[in-house]
Parts: sequence; C-alpha cells; structure tokens
Amino acid sequence: MAVLRDELIALRSTDDIIKARQLVRDCAVLQGLSLVDQTKLVTAASELARNTLVHGGGGEMCLQAVHEGTRRGVQVTFTDQGPGIADVELAMTDGYTTRGGLGLGLSGSKRLVNDFAIESKPGKGTKVTIVRWK
Amino acid sequence: MERIPILKMGPYLLVTIQVDMHDRVAMTLQDELTERIVAERARGVLLDISSVDVVDSFIGRMIGNIASMSRVLDAETVVVGMRPAVAITLVELGLALPSIKTALNVDAGMALLKSAGKMSGNGRLTR
Repeated sequence: MAVLRDELIALRSTDDIIKARQLVRDCAVLQGLSLVDQTKLVTAASELARNTLVHGGGGEMCLQAVHEGTRRGVQVTFTDQGPGIADVELAMTDGYTTRGGLGLGLSGSKRLVNDFAIESKPGKGTKVTIVRWK
Repeated sequence: MERIPILKMGPYLLVTIQVDMHDRVAMTLQDELTERIVAERARGVLLDISSVDVVDSFIGRMIGNIASMSRVLDAETVVVGMRPAVAITLVELGLALPSIKTALNVDAGMALLKSAGKMSGNGRLTR
C-alpha cells in the first residue's frame, strides 16, 4: 500500500475532534469516495477521535491518502499513550462502555469502514487504524 | 461561543442546527431549549438537522436527550431533514434512534406535531 499524502494532527480537545472530521472529509473527497462512504468514514473517525481524547487522555491522528494497485482510499490512524484496553474483544462488543456512553464507538466504527485494526497494551496505549476504500 | 437559535412558531419551537456540533454548543442548547419549552409552554420541538453532515454517537445521544427532556416537559420532538447518507451511517453505527419521531422536512414535521396534539390517551394517533 502506497501513501500519497500524510498529515498528523494532535487530539487534545473537543475542538480537535471537529478539526479532525473536516480534514478526514477533505481527504475523502480528494480520493473520490462517494458521499455515503465519506459520511461513514468521517463518522468512524469522529468516534475514534473521541475515544482517543476521552479514554486515551489525548493523542494524535495520522491521515493518509493511500492507494493499492488501482484502488484508492483513506487510512486514518489514532494513537494514544493512555491506559490501554485490557480486554480488546470485550471493548469491541456493542453496548460495552466504561464511561456511561452508548458503547458504540469501537464496534460501530468497525462496521463503517473496510479495514479495521486495533493494538492495545495495558499501561502503554492504544492504536486504531481504519481504511475506507473507494 | 456559537449558539443555536431557537425560534418560536405558534405553540412549537424550531431549532435549526447549522454549526458543527461542539460539545459545549450541545450542552448550551439542551439548557436553553428546556428553559424555552417551559417559558413558552411549547407543545413540540422541531429539530432541523438538514445542514448536519455527520451524526456520531455523541450527537445522536444529544438528539435523544433533547427528545427525552422535551417529553418530560410535555413537548414532543420531531427530528426533520436528516440526510440520506447520515441515515445510512447512523443505522450501520448501531444508532437507529427508535424512540425518536422523524419527518422528511419541516412541513411534514409540523403536520406530525399537529396530529400528535390530537393523540388519544394510549399514545396512539387517532385517525
């Protein structure tokens, strides 16, 4: 997978979530994603950016325009150095929440993208990577 | 800080969300709307989200909260103007907002509120 464009933004406040949404939208438009696919990707990014902020204590988002052969897509990576997730499988369950939310952030965003990868180590932090292809 | 205007239309309140929903904007809207429902003795709230291009679980929860708070204050909420891409995304996200009344546009939402005013005691529409 080749990376065409690379952008890194800090996720430190709720303002940054809105900024992140706009950047992801711009990149999805440039990569030619349909309106529905743009909306799904931006929504997933919004969920994950909020997770980084609320559960990870802040972190960063890396936004990449990618291509693989003739396929074009957008890859977004969220990284934090927060407490990490002890049981990733449990955290991926619909409705599972530790902060009184709806518990749809991780499981829901996985449904909204084509590729979803999560790495987490307790005490070390969490990294979530998503890709939406055109 | 940005604020979302609340307009009075007869016995109803019209809220049109045109800004990117910031957490504080959402909280302020909940406070102001509940105040206005009581002050104006509003019978219903039309929440126009036709300019909103993303509804994540935070905004979805805010919409649900507004509907619940309004109901407790004896006003019905109708969410109007949801974009098709937003509807598809919300359902796939797992947030189908089952307890929220929706209408395609403000006119249809207004008609729904008017008919809800003639509801019978069991909560069903009388025809």
